[in-house]
Amino acid sequence: MRIRVKLFAIIKERAGVDELPLDLPAGANVAAVELALKEMFPAIGGFLRQCAYAINREYVGAAAVLQEGDELAVIPPVSGG
Amino acid sequence: MARIVTELQNAPIDVAAALAPVYDAAAGGVTVFLGTTRAERNANGRDLIALDYEAYEEMAKSQLAALAAEASRRWPIVALTILHRLGRVALAEPSVLIAVACPHRAEAFDACRWIIDTLKKDAAIWKKEVWADGSGTWVHPQ
Repeated sequence: MRIRVKLFAIIKERAGVDELPLDLPAGANVAAVELALKEMFPAIGGFLRQCAYAINREYVGAAAVLQEGDELAVIPPVSGG
Repeated sequence: MARIVTELQNAPIDVAAALAPVYDAAAGGVTVFLGTTRAERNANGRDLIALDYEAYEEMAKSQLAALAAEASRRWPIVALTILHRLGRVALAEPSVLIAVACPHRAEAFDACRWIIDTLKKDAAIWKKEVWADGSGTWVHPQ
């Protein structure tokens, strides 16, 4: 299956990309995406542990399972306000 | 039903215009919180010149709307406006405005405080400090 990954703020800068498609085996969860991103972008590896994740604009945990076409966002520590 | 406005905006916040829809004969108090860019100096002795704001816009918009709806369940809110800036916010300019109209002041203060605290904790918005030498630092809250 294929999902869309969105990156923001420091993660986007370090990776040098704000959005990418990602092919995953059926049943893959958020933790699997984190591993894949670490391999693709070594420069963000150290930051991913501090990040939260959202599927289709809702916060989820590392065990959340992805579906074809999902939008998975990597959310570094927020600092609005 | 509370009258609610929530926006992410690139344009500067016009405080008077933002407050216009909050005034209401059912309210005895309106609390307004403005978050503004504070001058800083970094470890290299450079002065802060601005903050650059970025958001996961689709998510942050629905978060602001959900925040307003939840606040309206918790307090007897008559009208509520939440505005947050995107892009560059110069020193002393507001990056966020929260205005809460309630029948009595205590609930207006409580609701306003809860909204800004929750927004800062949850909303998918980030700021980068922009220094006089052109360097930038993403802000990472503790």
